[in-house]
Amino acid sequence: MEVYLSAVLQGLCLVAIALGVYLSMKIFNIPDITTDGSYTLGGAVTAVLLTHHQSLLVTVPAVMLAGAIAGAFTGLIHTKLKINALLAGILVMTALYSVNLTIMGRSNIPLLNMSSIFNVVNLSSNPDYNTLFIVLIIVAVLILALGFLLKTDFGIAMRATGDSEQMVRAMGVNTDRMKIIGLALANALTALSGFLMTQFQGYADINMGIGIVITGLGSVIIAETIINWRRITSIQVSLILVVCGAVVFQLVLAFALVIGVDANLLKLVTALFVLLIVSLPRLSFRKQYD
Amino acid sequence: MIELQHVSKTFNKGRATEVNALNDINLLVKKGEYLVIVGANGSGKSTLLNIIAGNIKVSAGEIKIEGEDVHNYADYQRSKWIARVFQNPLSGTASGLSIIDNFRLSAIRTQGKNLTIGVNASFTKQVKEKIATLEMGLEDKLNQQMGTLSGGQRQALTLLMSVMDDCRILLLDEPTAALDPRSANIVMQTADKLVKDFGLTAVLITHNLKDAYTYGNRVIQMADGKIIRDVAGENKLTLSQAELFEWFS
Repeated sequence: MEVYLSAVLQGLCLVAIALGVYLSMKIFNIPDITTDGSYTLGGAVTAVLLTHHQSLLVTVPAVMLAGAIAGAFTGLIHTKLKINALLAGILVMTALYSVNLTIMGRSNIPLLNMSSIFNVVNLSSNPDYNTLFIVLIIVAVLILALGFLLKTDFGIAMRATGDSEQMVRAMGVNTDRMKIIGLALANALTALSGFLMTQFQGYADINMGIGIVITGLGSVIIAETIINWRRITSIQVSLILVVCGAVVFQLVLAFALVIGVDANLLKLVTALFVLLIVSLPRLSFRKQYD
Repeated sequence: MIELQHVSKTFNKGRATEVNALNDINLLVKKGEYLVIVGANGSGKSTLLNIIAGNIKVSAGEIKIEGEDVHNYADYQRSKWIARVFQNPLSGTASGLSIIDNFRLSAIRTQGKNLTIGVNASFTKQVKEKIATLEMGLEDKLNQQMGTLSGGQRQALTLLMSVMDDCRILLLDEPTAALDPRSANIVMQTADKLVKDFGLTAVLITHNLKDAYTYGNRVIQMADGKIIRDVAGENKLTLSQAELFEWFS
């Protein structure tokens, strides 16, 4: 049971990444690879600020700002230099590795016995439940805020950008600006996941972000499968499904570990699981019409 | 309304593939004019329309809209005057968004996209009434995704969307090319009605000479990046279909 609770907590910490990938998928139709770098960036900034005894009120905005700047770089490279969005993300992600290493000064910063967001308030005597309640509150705030944003006029324009750029420009939207803002927002969310995860696991590591975009993508695809299947149009429900997707994803990985899969093979399991959910809709489609 | 002076456009300048798409075009489209452009493929019709819309910048010459020099304005800046209907029905609407969200976007075409929620009860009612005029039964499907509709339905909705916000100029780029005859007819008649009801200045590109005959109060023919025929006013009214067909023989 312990393992699964831990997986749920981990999943909830990674929700912000899933929401970030959801955004970048809406804007570009492809996941933003910057995610791998900006997640570690969020962790690095968190670790450095917390070990320098900065308050969370300083750390959270700093983390999100750092992520936003990383995303804005990807956006600028893509829109102003007309570089393919995938490549722009890879370039910034690669550069961020050095940036993160410079920020951290070494490859691993432990945060043992530090005050963290998970012990600012005590809602339960069991530390795991306390973490659960706090992370649930954060996730709820994220869903409400993002749900509101996407329903506003600005949000409609943002969602339409990945759909038909020609149409959106004809509607008076500067799509370049929209992409830069959208990527900044997506990566600010990703960095927030880095912030949560660093405190949850008690350390920041330079390699913590490797392949993390797949986790976000997997969560979104689980959600999208249900969204398409049930023809869900509500933004709020869609976002909640993305949250569920992130949790289910971690539960599947936990299950793999429980049944005895070698921990070294975990990334392989992750990739295969994403492959499975991506191909499921196509496989069932074949059966129906061939 | 729209004024082009000595407008030229050259693609791939200096290379073997150099094309003079537009060659010293002078064109004045007056307010309330419904201009139909005909011409063979590659004659420069689409380039001309894209130059007006701002997708393509001129190589030389001036372009003014309502007396304002717009040659440095991007397409999204010119949207304060211009609404467009594209040849591809999928281009004019966002398929992942609901009908009502598409209409919301078009209702603020000339305005800022702010952090306020604009899709409320009164807006929904307004859209419902507009869509009901199409008599396609879409007024009860406002939350349906645009992508689930047919090309004809989407093209008709795109037309309605163009007049949701202040619109001076309507650009129609072969709007019926991808549609069946019946849908094409509905779209052309809806366009004609909107142009009249809202006193729009419109530019229609078409390969359908019957449409060129039926609609508009001015018709020009283009060839090799030049305007080779220009028939307006009375003469357009008396222009027969047979004469129009002869232009192409």
